[in-house]
Amino acid sequence: MKVEQISIFLENKPGALENVTRLLKEANINIRTLSLADTSDFGILRLIVNDVNKTIKVLSDNGLRVSKTTVVAVEVPDRPGGLHSILEVLAKNNINVEYLYAFVEKSGENAVIIFRFDSPDSAVDVLLKNGFTVMPGEKLYSF
Amino acid sequence: MIYNEEFETLPREVLESLQLKRLQQVSQRVYHTVGFYRKAFDKAGVNPDDIKSLSDIRKLPFTTKQDLRDNYPFGLFAVPMSSIVRLHASSGTTGRAIVVGYTKRDIDTWSELMARCFVAAGLTKNDIIHNAYGYGLFTGGLGAHYGAEKLGASVIPMSGGNTKRQIMILQDFGPTAICCTPSYALNLAEQGVAMGVEMQSLKLRVGIFGAEPWTEKMRDEIENKLNLTALNIYGLSEVMGPGVAMECMEGRCGMHIFEDHFIVEVIHPETGELLPYGEEGELVFTTITKEAFPLIRFRTRDISRLIAEPCRCGRSHIRMDRVTGRSDDMLIIRGVNVFPSQIEAVLIGVTGLEPHYQLIVDRAGTMDTLEVQVEVSEQIFANADEVRSLQNLEKHLIKDLKDYLGVAAKVKLIEPKTLQRFEGKASRIIDKRKI
Repeated sequence: MKVEQISIFLENKPGALENVTRLLKEANINIRTLSLADTSDFGILRLIVNDVNKTIKVLSDNGLRVSKTTVVAVEVPDRPGGLHSILEVLAKNNINVEYLYAFVEKSGENAVIIFRFDSPDSAVDVLLKNGFTVMPGEKLYSF
Repeated sequence: MIYNEEFETLPREVLESLQLKRLQQVSQRVYHTVGFYRKAFDKAGVNPDDIKSLSDIRKLPFTTKQDLRDNYPFGLFAVPMSSIVRLHASSGTTGRAIVVGYTKRDIDTWSELMARCFVAAGLTKNDIIHNAYGYGLFTGGLGAHYGAEKLGASVIPMSGGNTKRQIMILQDFGPTAICCTPSYALNLAEQGVAMGVEMQSLKLRVGIFGAEPWTEKMRDEIENKLNLTALNIYGLSEVMGPGVAMECMEGRCGMHIFEDHFIVEVIHPETGELLPYGEEGELVFTTITKEAFPLIRFRTRDISRLIAEPCRCGRSHIRMDRVTGRSDDMLIIRGVNVFPSQIEAVLIGVTGLEPHYQLIVDRAGTMDTLEVQVEVSEQIFANADEVRSLQNLEKHLIKDLKDYLGVAAKVKLIEPKTLQRFEGKASRIIDKRKI
């Protein structure tokens, strides 16, 4: 029920991001969703892609610092209170969110929230118990 | 003005015969009291009795900084600890400092040489000297202090830092002379102006600046901003501390080396070959009067040249030009000696970091800046997908570098393999300072 996310260390300089997208394009890799965390000197680009292993190989071979992280994807109806309903449950269960980002599904009915937790397993348990739809990686990769 | 007219103006023949006598004495003394020198002399096939003329000094082996480190802390002392009255230390590359000791007589000699420097700068017992060299293990503070007292001047033992207070004291106590690094002089000038102080109207008349390389352009700038005469001083703790050589007010062109206490040579830094006067090379010093920590042909790694022409001040002692560089990779950041290997040691000390780094030295306004760029290693990044953990790593490194080097550095994480890989001797320094 978990999703593999790829993190890439980037210096904060022109062309750093373009280098990554060019390598992915040349390898015919599709980005499902992404987020970019930044500081004044560096950034961390986080990607969900259609082919995790190929992406890691392509980027590492080209000298980028890449790591794989486990994240949790939760599907909620795309309407007011959707994200809040998840966070309410997490807060009640004292689960800390390291970071999150989101996108809207193609159908436009649901939103998918990508969560990074300290302990993804216990978070998934809590979410499932409370009736949320946790998306398996395969489904997300092949959207 | 000359403090010790007799010794500072000795005719060259008399000076040289005094040097020979003292060289013979010190060679005998180190051979019989310091195991390291006995071994080194034996290995070089030279006996102290072989020193029959000054040029025989070339038969003696060189002593390097590494030899000093290898004998940490007291291995090269030529007297028992009971005769030592003071210890100082300079920074070393691997955490091992170089420790120097002084007997009572060494302190007296040093004080006299510093007093000679002050007099060469036109100071008398009527002057008030603001001493902003650091007090402590560093030789600068106490060295200048004792010289000022020896002269009978009034010394303000200010030490470094606390710039606002320094400026207040410069206004209120009205010192007529200041000792500090040239970059700190410029810093004082700027901070003073920022505080609304007319820095050109202070009573300062003379500044004695050293401990880091500087230029004629900086001299002009300091003289304009502080309205004083800026003079250059040279010294290094291994040889004695500040006061090995000093520029005179009359000549203002090169620093007189106090040759009745030191023998200077200039060699080719790679071949070790002796270079004639006027040619640029590495300075080599032999101390001929020091008791506790005598040095034979010590390779300073400082690059300069000797000026043999007589000086208008009347001193017969040879002059050395400004130090223009180093023959090793030592950096001087805000007066502090920094070796890349020290930085490497800090980086290796952090689990998962690899020593792929580069140092960027620059000057922001008047202060030197040091940026350590280090590649993010696989191991670090595997566990650090969060911005916070990388920032913690940066903070941790900044603190370790500060603790270990004694100088603040900025840390910048960079992408892997962006830095040039070196074969053999690495050159990891980009020095953007215009010196």
